[in-house]
Amino acid sequence: MANVSTASQSPIQSLANPTRFVALADRLLPWLIALTVALFAVGLYLSFFEAPADYQQGQTVRIMFVHVPAAWIGMFAYVVMASAALGNLVWKHPLADVAAKAAAPIGAVFTLICLVTGSLWGRPMWGAWWVWDARLTSMLVLFLMYLGLIALWHTIEDPIRAGRIASVLILVGVINIPIIKFSVDWWYTLHQPASVFRFDGPTIHVTMLIPLLVMAAAFMALFAVLHLLSMKNEILRRRIRAIGMRAAYEGRRGGA
Amino acid sequence: MGDPHLGFIVAAYAVTVAVIAVLIGWILLDGRRLKRQLARLEARGYGGRRARAGGGK
Repeated sequence: MANVSTASQSPIQSLANPTRFVALADRLLPWLIALTVALFAVGLYLSFFEAPADYQQGQTVRIMFVHVPAAWIGMFAYVVMASAALGNLVWKHPLADVAAKAAAPIGAVFTLICLVTGSLWGRPMWGAWWVWDARLTSMLVLFLMYLGLIALWHTIEDPIRAGRIASVLILVGVINIPIIKFSVDWWYTLHQPASVFRFDGPTIHVTMLIPLLVMAAAFMALFAVLHLLSMKNEILRRRIRAIGMRAAYEGRRGGA
Repeated sequence: MGDPHLGFIVAAYAVTVAVIAVLIGWILLDGRRLKRQLARLEARGYGGRRARAGGGK
């Protein structure tokens, strides 16, 4: 009977089983780690030895190869969280809340890298560490949203209740993602406009575009590795909590 | 790469590497701590295959 029900499950339903998910993650992780290392090796080589210096910014343009991918992953992690929040609220997928919670610290770290490297790029180019410009401010708001969500998950002890509240907040906050993306078009900002994802194609020269895309792929692979590891940790944390609660219940019943 | 802004470039890459290293370390240590915690509970007879099959302790 159990075999029949397992065989009739779709791949997504099958992955809803945390044990099966962990087994799949364990099989995927060595390949993903190898891919991440290879992409970083190629990306860093291209960024430092193949990409030319910019005619205006000189060598400082090389900060772009970590700043821009970090910004993309900072936003991508939030989109992952929003999809997971939808999965949690609408379909009640058992791993959706785990995926959202696991992505938050990683998204926060990449957003922080984007803010710090942006500041280190802004000082020599703009003459200021920080300006309250629409792009910078909306990115800072994203970072604060990550911190708020992490705090929320730590404040509410019941993970299911915390997951539901966090999911609603995540979906409300997703409005910030298009604001970040289009802030440079909607408002007059010091930050340069988009030069890669544009309706009329990239305006950045191919000698800089290829290293940038390879570094972005490396950051994406790194995100996938860290997200899978964090999800495994979160599954383990919930298993320990469930066992602990059962142990406490049995202890009380035995003592009564 | 003789550039007047070399310090900013080095700092940007150093911060990136350092922050990512801390994140990786934190995730790995958290995983190790959780595995130890689960092993301790299983050693006491909670969780694990044996407990599930036998209905706990």
